[in-house]
Amino acid sequence: MDGPQDLGGKSNFGPIAPEADEPIFHADWEGKVLGLTLAVGGLGYWNIDEGRHLRESLSPIEYYSKTYYEIWYEGLTAGLKKHGELSDDELSAGKALTPGVRQDRKVTAEAMPGMLAAGGPSVRQTTQDARFEVGQTVRTLQAHPPGHTRLPGYARNKVGVIVGARGMHVFPDTRAHGEGDQPQWLYTVAFEGEALWGKDAEPGLSCTIDAWESYLEAV
Amino acid sequence: MHDGDHHHDNSISEMDAKVRALETILVEKGLVDPAAVDVVIETYSDKVGPQNGAKVVAKAWADPEFRARLEADASEAIESLGFEGRQGEHMIAVFNTPQQHNMVVCTLCSCYPWPVLGLPPVWYKSPPYRSRVVYEPRKVLGEFGVELPADTKIRVWDSTAELRYLVIPMRPAGSEGLSEAELATLVTRDSMIGTGLATPVTGGAS
Repeated sequence: MDGPQDLGGKSNFGPIAPEADEPIFHADWEGKVLGLTLAVGGLGYWNIDEGRHLRESLSPIEYYSKTYYEIWYEGLTAGLKKHGELSDDELSAGKALTPGVRQDRKVTAEAMPGMLAAGGPSVRQTTQDARFEVGQTVRTLQAHPPGHTRLPGYARNKVGVIVGARGMHVFPDTRAHGEGDQPQWLYTVAFEGEALWGKDAEPGLSCTIDAWESYLEAV
Repeated sequence: MHDGDHHHDNSISEMDAKVRALETILVEKGLVDPAAVDVVIETYSDKVGPQNGAKVVAKAWADPEFRARLEADASEAIESLGFEGRQGEHMIAVFNTPQQHNMVVCTLCSCYPWPVLGLPPVWYKSPPYRSRVVYEPRKVLGEFGVELPADTKIRVWDSTAELRYLVIPMRPAGSEGLSEAELATLVTRDSMIGTGLATPVTGGAS
């Protein structure tokens, strides 16, 4: 989906403004949104790809006017509502009106460190030969996918070179929509600045993306 | 709460109220253990942060065998120091040289190698950096106070999959006599994102 999250190459968002001695969280609620998101993730309703898709499905006006953890709050509540574990009536009332469905999967404090340490690897067993090899020139797809994608707009229909073959990884474009892992070979592809931005590119610039095999075609 | 810049001393913010309500609901529904939420907050406030990545970089500077392992399989090398888990499952180390400087971004969200750098700063997650660094990294570096020689190439790694990139900055001149622990103090968070360089050695190292 060509949503508001796809920011590479856009202009006029203002200065970068690093903050000296920045705190980890700027308010207590930010840490709670992170903690709640990871704890709810343990219920198993959605994966990281669906979680990202929930956040980037905000309207551009909302996405650009909210802070990072406000966007996470919106994604979390949208996911809980989608999967039937939260209602607008409950949010209005500020209390539970029905018992949770997956109480048996609640992540305890004792289990959380193990969950964080385990993470969620995206690599899967290699079941196919790689179609491309390091050093090969490829072109990314021209595309306008209606659903989740990890092929950024600025790197579509561009010619680059494979600089890494990373094994077979879960395909976000299907997993975000409940259509399964459908693993594909993943490659790192490097593009010269001029291939992406034309003559105005900064001299000496190159960019890489990590691209699934179906994003690429041989040149 | 002591929040000097904030003008609502006596009232909680709208987001504070909304998040408290959400937590209450989820705890009442039996879906969330509030102590598990606290574990997440404590982990990323106190235990996991750029001090981890600094140890990786210092070891790469001091130990050629470890550097070779980082190049061959960064996940394995970093795990051997005890740093692993969520958002660091598939690590790639990229090494700065006089010929090429490396920078990391996630233009699509906020992908960042949590086990070695902790949670990303606000600027890393925000539209100005995510939009600009892929087309004008040299100008972006200038805003971070970094000037590179004109003939140094810049490569920007956009974290569009579950690979997580750690920049290994160049070892500062004059650091030859330093121990690994002393070297780690020269490694800043930004130097491992690529928006900074390792801290220069002042006053001679020997």
